[in-house]
Amino acid sequence: MRREPPQRLADYGPLLFPAGMLIVFFVIPFATMIAVSFFEREQGGFYQPAFVWDNYARFLSLFFGKVLGFSLFLAVAVAVACIVIGVPFTYLMSRAARKVQILWLVALLSILSLSEVMIGFAWSTLFSRTAGLTNLLVAIGIMETPQALTPSFGAVMTAMTYQALPYTVLVLYPALVRLDPTLTEAARTLGASPIRAFFTVVVPALRNTILATLIMVFIFALGSYLLPQLLGRPQHWTLSVLITDQAIYQSNMPFAAAMAVFLVLVSLALVGLAVYAGRRKEAA
Amino acid sequence: MSGLILSNVTKQFGTFTAVNDVSLSVPDGTFVCLLGPSGCGKTTLMRMIAGLDLPTRGSIRLGGEDITQVATHKRNLGMVFQSLALFPHLTVGENIAYALRIRGVPKEEQTKRVDELLAMIHLGGFADRSVTKLSGGQRQRVAIARALAISPKLFLLDEPLSALDAKLREAMQVELRQLQQQLGITTIVVTHDQREAMTMADTVVVMNGGEIRQAAAPVDIYRRPADSFVADFIGSTNLLPYTVDGSGRATVFGTPVEGLALAGAMAGTISVRPEDVQITAPGNGTIDGSVTFIRDLGGTVETFVEASGQQIVAVSAPRTRPEVTVGQQVGIRLDPATSVVLAR
Repeated sequence: MRREPPQRLADYGPLLFPAGMLIVFFVIPFATMIAVSFFEREQGGFYQPAFVWDNYARFLSLFFGKVLGFSLFLAVAVAVACIVIGVPFTYLMSRAARKVQILWLVALLSILSLSEVMIGFAWSTLFSRTAGLTNLLVAIGIMETPQALTPSFGAVMTAMTYQALPYTVLVLYPALVRLDPTLTEAARTLGASPIRAFFTVVVPALRNTILATLIMVFIFALGSYLLPQLLGRPQHWTLSVLITDQAIYQSNMPFAAAMAVFLVLVSLALVGLAVYAGRRKEAA
Repeated sequence: MSGLILSNVTKQFGTFTAVNDVSLSVPDGTFVCLLGPSGCGKTTLMRMIAGLDLPTRGSIRLGGEDITQVATHKRNLGMVFQSLALFPHLTVGENIAYALRIRGVPKEEQTKRVDELLAMIHLGGFADRSVTKLSGGQRQRVAIARALAISPKLFLLDEPLSALDAKLREAMQVELRQLQQQLGITTIVVTHDQREAMTMADTVVVMNGGEIRQAAAPVDIYRRPADSFVADFIGSTNLLPYTVDGSGRATVFGTPVEGLALAGAMAGTISVRPEDVQITAPGNGTIDGSVTFIRDLGGTVETFVEASGQQIVAVSAPRTRPEVTVGQQVGIRLDPATSVVLAR
């Protein structure tokens, strides 16, 4: 079906509602945040309108640089972990019987119904010394005494990967189901072992989907502030944790806003870079 | 003994038997077509030869070696899929070189072989094109070249030409046959198109219901079909019931057919190709009936005759067409040399 480009002003009518929603719930709050990031904090009070760069200047320190660096590293690590686990898993699932697929999808969707708080507390119990998984290892004789696995970087990574994996699978699933199964069969008849066929045919054929999923999980993980607090040490706290801290506990809205704006800009830049790299490789 | 030998190969999917006790011997360098209606088990049989499905029972030997349990990627074969399955992320040259790359062949040799194969399929200079930008026929050739890159022992093609239009298909059939003769490679093609099978094959294997109904040279399949399924599936035919009378002669609709060699049964079916049906004047030892329809196609003329409630079709060239009109009483003479008694 060929669509005519809009001719008159009235033709843009259907766009009014989404445009309105976008303005009210995204553009106005974000603009407010940008404005607040230039305001002055009032000791003992809240803030007052001004135009100062102090909030950004304060941010440009080694401490916040390290936190920003760690936040980005954590988000990338979670995204990579989700892809490394998610792609083979979804591939095998998409080749399984219909009933098995539905069972897995229902299980994954039910993870989505859990709130971040529940996921955090569940993992902190599982990683605890008293009631955690290590007790099982002790019971079957692999370990001597039960150990606490939290707080640690591993605990933060595990819980965040667990939380993001269902999204990863749900984004990858349609692309993998549509992938022609004879592609891997053809690779096998040409001499590639099943694993070789997976890496030389399935993964490259899904390159764009995988890139899109990486970006999605990266952004998703960047916003996480509860799990690093619940399961990590202070050095595992992300910028989102500090933003929450400044905004809610320190009542320093202008500084929190400045950090948030900076985080958005950095992540946009990274996403742009990833898309650009993907385009270039495709053109080559 | 060399070549490809299938012994009592059976494949069951749950309670459904897709291929039932198939035995077949394919000598080296021959071109075999597996022919049959959809669901007859021909594709499953080919997938077992390729190792993509494992037989429930039976064995497959290639070049004297039992390959029944050998993994697909260790069989050194070339296969063209119905969907062609060209890798969309690779160029034409990279697609063709895939099997060489997997085997660690040096880059220069890969390039040399790719150029050789591209010249062979008349696509010289296409190495850097994207496969998504090729026409149907070009994609077809690339899939063939990719399968032949390692000079495989066995060349398998699953409905390779079904996506092409009729004219291109006929041209590709001839080309494929010439290529196979030039390379002398053992080739197996799955098809449901009997013209395709007749054009290309040394041996046509007609399958139905998971079993081989007849395996023979195309001319023999056409001239001497083994049973009524083969006779009807390959070309068109007239299937006529016969009985054996008191003096041991076969009679069709009460008219004796002299000199017909009988298999011993007291009744059965004979197959007569339309071009072997002779229309003459009625009486004098002929099967008599009346002309119901004449279809003049220019190149051939089909005359429909109804005798004892059954329709018999005769085909003749325009020059030798019988001088008859619709409604006219005519006689049909059956030549025992061209009338085939079918197995039950």
